[in-house]
Amino acid sequence: MKNILASSMFALSLATSGLAYAEPVKIGVITTLSGGGAGLGVDMRDAFTLAMKQSGNKDVELVIEDDAQKPEIAVQLAEKMIQSDKVDLLTGIIWSNLAMAVVPNAVAQDVIYLSPNAGPSALAGAKCNKNYFNVAYQNDNFHEAMGQYANKDYKKTFILAPNYPAGKDSLTGFKRYYKGELAGEAYTQIGQADYAAEIAQIRDSGADSVFFFLPGGMGISFMKQYAQSGVNIPVMGPGFSFDQDILPAVGDAALGVKNSASWSRDLDNEANKQFVEAFKAEYNRLPSIYAAQSWDTANLILSALSKASVKDKDAFRAALKAADFKSVRGEFTFNTNNHPVQNIYVREVVKEGDVLTNKIIATAFEHHKDAYADQCKM
Amino acid sequence: MSIALLIEQLLNGLQLGVMLFLMAAGLTLIFGVMGLINLAHGSLYMVGAFACATVAAATGSFWIGLVASLIAAAAAGAVMEIVVIRRLYERDHLDQVLATFALILIFSEGTRWLSGSFPLYLDIPPLLQGAVPLPGGGQYQLYRLAIIGVGIAVAVGLYLLISRTRLGMRIRAGESDREMIAALGVDIRTLYTVVFALGAALAGLAGALVGALQSVQVGMGEPALILAFVVIVIGGIGSIKGALFGAILVGLVDTMGRFLLPKALALMMPTAQAGLIGASLASMLIYIVMALILAFRPSGLFAAQS
Repeated sequence: MKNILASSMFALSLATSGLAYAEPVKIGVITTLSGGGAGLGVDMRDAFTLAMKQSGNKDVELVIEDDAQKPEIAVQLAEKMIQSDKVDLLTGIIWSNLAMAVVPNAVAQDVIYLSPNAGPSALAGAKCNKNYFNVAYQNDNFHEAMGQYANKDYKKTFILAPNYPAGKDSLTGFKRYYKGELAGEAYTQIGQADYAAEIAQIRDSGADSVFFFLPGGMGISFMKQYAQSGVNIPVMGPGFSFDQDILPAVGDAALGVKNSASWSRDLDNEANKQFVEAFKAEYNRLPSIYAAQSWDTANLILSALSKASVKDKDAFRAALKAADFKSVRGEFTFNTNNHPVQNIYVREVVKEGDVLTNKIIATAFEHHKDAYADQCKM
Repeated sequence: MSIALLIEQLLNGLQLGVMLFLMAAGLTLIFGVMGLINLAHGSLYMVGAFACATVAAATGSFWIGLVASLIAAAAAGAVMEIVVIRRLYERDHLDQVLATFALILIFSEGTRWLSGSFPLYLDIPPLLQGAVPLPGGGQYQLYRLAIIGVGIAVAVGLYLLISRTRLGMRIRAGESDREMIAALGVDIRTLYTVVFALGAALAGLAGALVGALQSVQVGMGEPALILAFVVIVIGGIGSIKGALFGAILVGLVDTMGRFLLPKALALMMPTAQAGLIGASLASMLIYIVMALILAFRPSGLFAAQS
């Protein structure tokens, strides 16, 4: 469970001695490495450690711990890392409910937190903080993009999400841009495994399309059951349910599904090509959105370290805010609330040989900002 | 609301019910015969699903996977009984709960260690793919109908096993008087192992059947386990008949609640709000039903003799 990668390990990697780093930097990584949600955290950790290793930076020490997807464990780990490990930076949390438990307290102690995935609306708006940088997205963004794209083809969509804060954010985001009529709106239980009752309602609703946000195993279950139900209405959703970590488990049922994300494996830029190649070579699998965002987080940290000392908080925050790194998502800048301004794409699930993966088919938003930045007084 | 939708939802409830029965039957049998609370029953369900997915991926046949799931879960159950559970019969329920909770953690992390952190792929066999027409113009997934069939077959099989065979006679005797049947020369240790393996095999079968519909992942057993406990508490702990009725009741109440409550609330308030409140109420519904039943029949609907 405990996994400290001492800086000496990086001595083995190819060191480029161009940059001199003054003092050691300690980064605390709290992520989900056990239980049902472990796939997401493992991708996060693997991309982060790979980026650090490739940089050849010998001064970075990582303290990686498993939160088991439990808020109370994440809070304890954050306290331990801040108080006894004396980390300079914190990152790694996948889930919004864990981020809400950890982030406000950590940033209040003047520790800088960089989010590689979760983006709850509260932290983007009124509770934004100069020590909180979101390198991923604000929770609503992918859903907004799908709502925007749905206007093109659909007039009557049935929408579905779990009954918890991120689920409500999701449907709110979709409805913010969707102009058509709703055939129905269903909230499911978090962790629900059987969707027969909801699929029956979809069949009966006269919908022309289905939008759903069901992260992790929930989405796998829904897609498998939907494909066999005899309902032929097209489905769409945010990229989470159609990403590299779960596509193999969904199988051909996912083929042709449109989904939204800020990143895709086939995004055409040099940084992304290098990232996908390196990840594949090291781990023998394709990276997911979580890996891509984590890779960017690591490179953002490295770019700031080369400009400023992590002990000089003001200078380091300014260096982070400049976002002077090569993002695998192409153009990437921070908005006033330290959340990304980025493109959101629509992707389609395709088969390349035997491997299910995504291909970009449209751009839903260019330089998209979140809806909460105005509420942030910073 | 059309008749077809109503029929489809009733079938959904029935299908969830027979699935729960497969889990609850083993749980209640083990409690009835050995007096043991086995929290790790959900882990055996997971073992069944992982065995089926792994073998189906290697051989290309769901059916071989299904057989493998029965064998793997029964074997895991037998080993679990011999190595750990056997030491717990004389202890009180708190020790049993603690030890079997530890088993959940061991099975979960062990499975993750063997199969990795990512969910596995398991598809419905080609024979059972697709949907069939329902009266009233609807359609219903063929595989779910097959699950209902398997559930009914298992219920009948268990009834015959327990009421008509020598093993069943011993199980019934073990339930009513342990010391006496040991004194009569029945090898009670072997009987316990057999009963435990039988319960484990049923859980493994449930896991494999559901695995083709759901995500095969670590931790999939615990939500099913909680529902199975509700079922056996409603049905009366130790009673197979109670498990059957309890399972179908829970399946129907849960499905119809999820379906009808938001609709009923939508008559009084905006749809979005009705959806949210309806979903919250629906998730509580089976526990409310359980509380009501316990208030009037404290030992469940079909309490076994104690």
